Amino acid sequence: MDIDRSRMLWDQACIAVQVTAMDPVGLGGIKVTARAGPVRELWMQLLARLPMAHSRLHPNTSDEALFGGIDLSMIGAQAGVLPRRQGILDQSSTLILTMAERCPLDLAGRLALALDQGRGHCLIALEEQVEPDETVPSALCDRLASHIRLDDIPIDVARGMEHGVSANSSKDAVMLDDVSIEPAIEPINLLSMRLGIDSLRAPLLACRFARAHAVLCGRNEIEQRDLEIAAAIVLAPRAQQLPDAQQSADRAEEPPQQPPPEPDDPETSDAIPQEILTDAVRVALPDGILQPSEKAGGAGVGGGGARKSGNRKGRPLPARKGRPDGRSRIDVMATLRAAIPWQRLRRKPSGSRHRLALRGQDIHLKRFETCSDRLLVFVVDASGSQALARLGEAKGAVEILLSRAYASRDHAALVAFRGTSSEVLLPPTRSLVQTKKRLASLPGGGGTPLAAGLHQAGSLILQAQRQGLSPLLVLLTDGRANIALDGTAGRAQATADALDAARWLGRSKIESVILDTGIRAQPALSELARTMGGRLLTLPHAGASRISAGLEQVVRG
Amino acid sequence: MMTRPQFPFSAIVGQDQMKTAIILTAIDPSLGGVLVFGDRGTGKSTAVRALAALLPPIKAVSGCPVNSESPDDVPAWAELTDKTVISRPTPVVDLPLGVTEDRVTGALDIERALTQGEKAFQPGLLAQANRGYLYIDEINLLEDHVVDLLLDVAQSGENVVEREGLSIRHPARFVLIGSGNPEEGELRPQLLDRFGISVEVRTPTDIDERVDVIQRRDAFERNPKAFLGKWRKADAALCDQILTARAHLGAVKTRKAILKDCAAVCLALGADGLRGELTLLRAGRALAAFGGQGSLERDHLRQVAPMALAHRLRRDPLDEAGSFVRVTRTVTEILG
Repeated sequence: MDIDRSRMLWDQACIAVQVTAMDPVGLGGIKVTARAGPVRELWMQLLARLPMAHSRLHPNTSDEALFGGIDLSMIGAQAGVLPRRQGILDQSSTLILTMAERCPLDLAGRLALALDQGRGHCLIALEEQVEPDETVPSALCDRLASHIRLDDIPIDVARGMEHGVSANSSKDAVMLDDVSIEPAIEPINLLSMRLGIDSLRAPLLACRFARAHAVLCGRNEIEQRDLEIAAAIVLAPRAQQLPDAQQSADRAEEPPQQPPPEPDDPETSDAIPQEILTDAVRVALPDGILQPSEKAGGAGVGGGGARKSGNRKGRPLPARKGRPDGRSRIDVMATLRAAIPWQRLRRKPSGSRHRLALRGQDIHLKRFETCSDRLLVFVVDASGSQALARLGEAKGAVEILLSRAYASRDHAALVAFRGTSSEVLLPPTRSLVQTKKRLASLPGGGGTPLAAGLHQAGSLILQAQRQGLSPLLVLLTDGRANIALDGTAGRAQATADALDAARWLGRSKIESVILDTGIRAQPALSELARTMGGRLLTLPHAGASRISAGLEQVVRG
Repeated sequence: MMTRPQFPFSAIVGQDQMKTAIILTAIDPSLGGVLVFGDRGTGKSTAVRALAALLPPIKAVSGCPVNSESPDDVPAWAELTDKTVISRPTPVVDLPLGVTEDRVTGALDIERALTQGEKAFQPGLLAQANRGYLYIDEINLLEDHVVDLLLDVAQSGENVVEREGLSIRHPARFVLIGSGNPEEGELRPQLLDRFGISVEVRTPTDIDERVDVIQRRDAFERNPKAFLGKWRKADAALCDQILTARAHLGAVKTRKAILKDCAAVCLALGADGLRGELTLLRAGRALAAFGGQGSLERDHLRQVAPMALAHRLRRDPLDEAGSFVRVTRTVTEILG
């Protein structure tokens, strides 16, 4: 990361705060991708510029805290009156959501509804992304105008810079309502279509962003500079494809790190050439972020459905003391049982005529034991001549499994390895639609980097375990490893690496099944299965339905 | 909670399928609900929330928790003393994601139990939605136990609460409206089946249409009053048209040949059960009534068949084309 680019990113991050401060409710808020650290701290200090009071949320914020509820600590203080507490969403405020990547879907839904209702909220989502799959739920993402990244900015770059643009200090400040977004609508829309952005919220937010930026600079007309900055901060992070893929080849020679064009460009707002906006986007995009395989992962789709950890209703467990948070249910019988022994004592001092004196500490909540969803991680050998057929079968098996997923609560993921490396073709999902989209074209051919495939699958599985799924690894292969972990060819090293990976999987107590799809049984595979502590099924020429039927037997025991 | 004015229904750009589907259920609520599946930011929620303004008001007992039509129907637990019948807007109730069972079915009134030591019932969302609409955004992400509960109530039209020493039943007849994004999870077939009609919405790919959408949204947000004023006439005309169609619905004639067509289409598609035929027929009639035509024709069937049947097909995981395409193809083959 060179200095110029870091400077540009920091500059954008600061401008995002300033612009959001002009129209906090209209713009929805900011999504910040950054690990905790001095740069984020510095940036958080800028949030003081936002006009509203701040309140912090965390992913497990209860409904009671959000919407208010009964104040248990005050029960009994005043007879016959139920004390209430205000919720965070009752007043307009800037909400700061920490660890936003762990935000459950129901909280995201509530916050999205609050933003939609326009009750004066502005949300800052702090996302500490490690894996590219860990993102804020897309329902929320879609409603936040600015998406910024601070991860690659060195602290001395951030310290040494002015924070944002110098705002217009003159007294007769331009009002937001005086500026029309009309000139922005068409160019922003064209651009968002060329970037493959489906949601219509994105161009709307970009138009508002451009307007707020114009007002910030004290202008009452949207100019090209406003559009550029809106394109870079609002549209670029949502891009699903590079603008004009056919043109991008001859533009690739240009260094993408060049700073955005000078603001004193003589162009007027009436005729803003798309090229300039496209450049603004291209500059804002980090190198290589839009590899075709990552297309759907970054901005839009997100793994919404897969995030759901298995905390459904289940077998009842004994009640436990706790506070009603709007999600759990009060166990009335247990609560009464806890309160009854104290009745005489409690009645004496107050002399109240109440039939029952309850205190906060009596409240018992119902608990349920839940079982988690199963995740089938298919690790598919896409090497050699059989690659296409085997991948096709694996794809068929995934789709058959998913078409029954509603009943069996299965999720599926697909990792393919070939050539010198492996890749996640399908992150954990339950959606048949998404699966079809992702698996439409599958690459095949090349060497057999078995170790790389197992490593990739292992890390995916550990991540899924943290999300409350119970994963099962399914390896489909017919051959021996011939590419080592570092990408070099050589059978001995490759086999050793694969066994190492298998040992690691075995130690991590990951359940596994190996499907040998080769014509002749491979002794190497049975050794691998022993090391992994998994089962070996020999299914030569197995079709999609046989694979899924075989798995069904293993899974259901 | 502050209520903001809703975006007017007539001002929604494009999305004709979705608008037609919503209008059809407004004409004939017995169609059994609309399911809207599609991308983010395509105006799904906007259309549903705008629906409330289109619906003609209902007569209900003032203050009744289940919107009873006559004073005799008011349940005893409501403890109403004043039972005057008033005219009120058709209820459109939002069922938020992550809602608790208590909130849906109703539960013991904790407030009264704690402060007055009385056992009283606090009605839930199902009671509120009686005789109206229940809207579930992101329906595919709804927790399974809430789905089970809804299935049961949607089937029986009655909500039974047996918990915490309460034993209460009250009517809960409502039209389900669901929306969601299929990329985030599938819907259980049992729940799919409860919906009469389903539509798919897509992001408009026409630049002028997209520009139009944003211009109208901006105009609405800048000055809601003026914008509503501009579209009030169109909304009122549509509301009148719906009312006329409702009155006209019973008079729509159906020839035997058309009934045969319905059956032939459903047979060819292999739709499970007879609900497909019934819905196809009803939706066709509602469309005919909406257009002011006296009888159900093949043309109506052609228009409503994808909405009424696409979600009832057995899913073929290896079929690349969507169900909507399959229905359209079959309908063209059979009806010409």
